[in-house]
Amino acid sequence: MADKAKSLPGELRIEGPPQPRALRLLTVVTVLGFAATLVLGLGLAGVDIQQGEIQRIFYIHMPSFFGAFTAFGLTVAGGLLYLARKSEKWDRIALAGVEVGLAFSLINLLTGAIWARPIWNTWWTWDPRLTSAAIMCLTYAAYLMLRAGIEDAGRRRAFMSVYGILAFVTVLITLFIIRIVPETIHPMIVGASPQKAQGSFEATSGVVIALIPSLLLWLTLMPITIIWHRVRLEERMEALHRLKMQALSE
Amino acid sequence: MKTPFVKCVAAILSKDLRAEIRARELVSVMALFSLLSVLVFSFALELDRGAREEAVSGVLWVTLIFASLLGFNRSMAQEREQGNLDSMLLAPVSRAAIYVGKLLGNFIFTLIVGLVMLPLMTVLYGLDLLDGWVILTMVVGIFGFASIGTLLATMTVQTRAREALLPIAMLPIVLPFLLTAARATKGILSGAPAAEWQGPLGMLGAICVIYLALCLLLYEYVLEE
Repeated sequence: MADKAKSLPGELRIEGPPQPRALRLLTVVTVLGFAATLVLGLGLAGVDIQQGEIQRIFYIHMPSFFGAFTAFGLTVAGGLLYLARKSEKWDRIALAGVEVGLAFSLINLLTGAIWARPIWNTWWTWDPRLTSAAIMCLTYAAYLMLRAGIEDAGRRRAFMSVYGILAFVTVLITLFIIRIVPETIHPMIVGASPQKAQGSFEATSGVVIALIPSLLLWLTLMPITIIWHRVRLEERMEALHRLKMQALSE
Repeated sequence: MKTPFVKCVAAILSKDLRAEIRARELVSVMALFSLLSVLVFSFALELDRGAREEAVSGVLWVTLIFASLLGFNRSMAQEREQGNLDSMLLAPVSRAAIYVGKLLGNFIFTLIVGLVMLPLMTVLYGLDLLDGWVILTMVVGIFGFASIGTLLATMTVQTRAREALLPIAMLPIVLPFLLTAARATKGILSGAPAAEWQGPLGMLGAICVIYLALCLLLYEYVLEE
């Protein structure tokens, strides 16, 4: 054992279980699926009459929010299961859900800003939906800060499960706010847009063939694949941490 | 054998009330903070007797939330510092009873501060805030964020950064209360038809019930030793 601890860091390897075949398959399918939705959105779908090429960003903008929705939903599921079963793996899923969801919602905000620049003539406006989306991001950023502030591992997992469940309320608000606060200028694709909405476009057949596959991909495969990879990374990091502790104690 | 729920809640509440009557630590700090906050807002936004309803209802609610952050933090820190929290955990009482006891204390203290602010803001801005509906909105709204705040303060008081984390954790989560309460208050103050502000008020009540139920269920997990 002593020899092992003295060996150079380069020789120290954290052997994890090999990638399951299902994950490898899932990764390939997700990458191919993403390439396909890009071809559909950037190529096959026609140019929007009013907005021109910029409208194509919707094929990423809206799906990325739904990807975040799935990821944050998994955080809630992971939190509930952790509280019920006290198994660490559910907490890892909850953490991965937050990180992936946060990345997706930043993609959502960024693409929205790029679209808004030519169409609304501003990068950002304090529209109810934009505000609540920004607050949603801040809530999950707060999750990560809070998580870093709790030292005891068991307590951290329990607290963050609770917070992950409560934080989901901001996701629901972002989803439903254009129905609660009517004076938004954010267009709505499903159902009639609010009266003041600016930059709506019609769900023509071209929009449907590009948007629906992209939406389905981001809603299911994208978050699940990335979260799975993130969970495995977390397992490795925990193994590394244990190894460090072991090396220090020897 | 567990102490009956109501008896336990009453004991915690009466302890908090008695401590507050003797030390006057929470309400005085919160009230002074609120007064300062209203004045700061008045200068910063140049509010005067012709202030618009949305500005006044916004100032009212933002001030109440910030003041409540101070109160919730302090109230849980007291439990922690004096080892009271650990004794309560040792005692055969349900976690939910501890939660409800602390929640009622927080609610009453914040409500007192809110009720003091209403006549003050009425005088300052020339709007009639002493309206039955405004008071009802205030009771429901404050109960709502006290229910979230009590749970989150219990969590953050057990972390390294203590006081610093409660605002970060609580502000995003209480947003639904702020949105609906400020909207209802604005409608009431501007004399809009009841149909226009009863929607947000009803929603405020509904969110309040949902959050209370969630917190009651989740509280036992934030108090594990």
